[in-house]
Amino acid sequence: MQGQMTAPSIPGARPRLSLEASDGQARRRKIVNGIMTTLIGAAALLGVSILGIILGYIIVKGAPALNLDFFTKAPPALGEAGGGVAPAIRGSLLIVGLASLVGIPVGLGAGIYLAEFGRGRFADTVRFIADLMTGLPSIAIGAVAWALLVKRGIGTYNAIAGSVALAIIMIPIITRTTEEILKLVPNNLREASLALGTPRWKTIVSVVLPVARSGILTGVILSVARVSGETAPLLLTVLGNSFASNNLRGPMAALPLEIYQYATKSPFADSFTKAWGASLVLIIIIGLLSLSVRLAARLGGPQARR
Amino acid sequence: MAVQTARRAEKLPGGRVNLAGRGSALGDRAFQGIAFAFAASILVLIVTIFVVLFVDARVALAQEGLRFITGQVWNPNESIFGALPYIYGTIFTSLIGLLIATPIAVGASLYIVEYAPNWLRAPISFIVELLAVIPSVIYGFWGLAVLAPFLRDRVERPLKAALGDVPVLNALVEGPARGRDMFVAGVILSIMILPTIMSVAREVISTVPGTQREGMLALGATKWEMIKGAVLPYARGGIVGAAILGLGRAIGETMAVTMLIGNSSTKISWSLLTPGYTMASAIANQFADANSAVHFSAIIGVAVVLLFVTGAVNLVARLIVSRFGGDTRATGI
Repeated sequence: MQGQMTAPSIPGARPRLSLEASDGQARRRKIVNGIMTTLIGAAALLGVSILGIILGYIIVKGAPALNLDFFTKAPPALGEAGGGVAPAIRGSLLIVGLASLVGIPVGLGAGIYLAEFGRGRFADTVRFIADLMTGLPSIAIGAVAWALLVKRGIGTYNAIAGSVALAIIMIPIITRTTEEILKLVPNNLREASLALGTPRWKTIVSVVLPVARSGILTGVILSVARVSGETAPLLLTVLGNSFASNNLRGPMAALPLEIYQYATKSPFADSFTKAWGASLVLIIIIGLLSLSVRLAARLGGPQARR
Repeated sequence: MAVQTARRAEKLPGGRVNLAGRGSALGDRAFQGIAFAFAASILVLIVTIFVVLFVDARVALAQEGLRFITGQVWNPNESIFGALPYIYGTIFTSLIGLLIATPIAVGASLYIVEYAPNWLRAPISFIVELLAVIPSVIYGFWGLAVLAPFLRDRVERPLKAALGDVPVLNALVEGPARGRDMFVAGVILSIMILPTIMSVAREVISTVPGTQREGMLALGATKWEMIKGAVLPYARGGIVGAAILGLGRAIGETMAVTMLIGNSSTKISWSLLTPGYTMASAIANQFADANSAVHFSAIIGVAVVLLFVTGAVNLVARLIVSRFGGDTRATGI
């Protein structure tokens, strides 16, 4: 590749090029070029291999922990082998599900507003705030839910506060991706529909949204995947609880919290095995969500830029 | 569906052509109203966030005043709250992360744009960006189990042996090498912010016009000279923006840092081996013990400072990146 691109490989021109005053200098330039090319290649290789190393550890160390018990049983007493993370999986589903129930409609509604009606100062402000909110540290949002719903409000650590925190994280993400995708829908589709006398709302619901369906779905699923792994806001609100609980007003187990507990709080050798297993399960859940996004992308329609 | 509506419109009495129909005008207004309410709820949210944080931080901020961010003592038992060690730890670890991640991200971006064959470009970008999908707590656990022991034995101890007797530089390796310190936290941060920096840097580098490159090459430059002379100067602004965007991410990162930074010393020191705190890790470590009203308020106060720092850093990054032709949205989520 080098040879094709660099001019000095033209033999006859060598002595006359002013950039190549002497052979010694030419050799030095070639060596520098070689070193930098190697470094640049090494950087790319490093960036790619880090993912392989991390995933490799999770799969190799996590796979032995997985068996039927791991998915169906509650954890045993501290330090004992066996048992599983069933309450944590169920807790995660409950907390993330509740967050989605609030976050998805609000995010979609706001995104539709920005794309279809959003002109003027109000819309610009909402857009700016939504952008700003996607950059807020999740622990700060967790701290708000902690102050509002744990310290005040309900008075104990509780699952609702966790769901609220996750919903706040989801909303701006869904809002912005929905808006971006709706803006990609060609305007002549809207015009054609309006010209036929279709009211605006019906144009949006039955022409614009169906065209953008797969792209919107992508944004929604990515936001669900993102909050499924969130730990800090849950730590401050849900706290964690190894036992099965359906009480939304009390502490609840969740997969990311389970990993944190096993990794840091428990001194037994078996706990690391459990943490690897729980990590693998979490990665698989998030991976499946992301994979379904790729499948949705195959269905066609305008896509979010990722 | 559209045809039906049109037909209904024709039937309107009085020969008036009302394409939308009266019912639909109402429908339009209702639909827009609902959508507006959802959009407005985002403003309500941000206002709520700020009001809650400020109201709850008031007690501690009133007690400490400016000392809240300049004081070096944080002692809940004696009700003294100076968050400077946390602020310092946040900056120190983020800068370590940035120093490691930026060259790798720029190098990988250059490889993708300038060197890689076409078929390899998308896969490399995709793989590096997948790093952004891994949850923070898994980075933390992997860091505890794999990275920390490795860095302690292969980097920190040799570094301590090499620099321990060198004047000035030995300040960098003061204290025992435990593998739970600023350095390990910085390294895990560098991995976590790599995809953020890389996706923006790659985009900025790919916007450099081909004529710039051709001009350099036609003058007989080597490929590296072309990159140094034509690509990097053109993309510099955007790369700086990308790095600041990564900084914004590093500052707010919680779980991985909390699990690896040690959380036991509030000493402000240059040592990479300090088992310190960041603002985020201090919140995650202390919220459960915040039984007094002032301690609770002080923790919320740390969240307020964290919010302002990340807000400011993100704003600056976005301004720079958008000015230099990148797209912050390219960072994924």
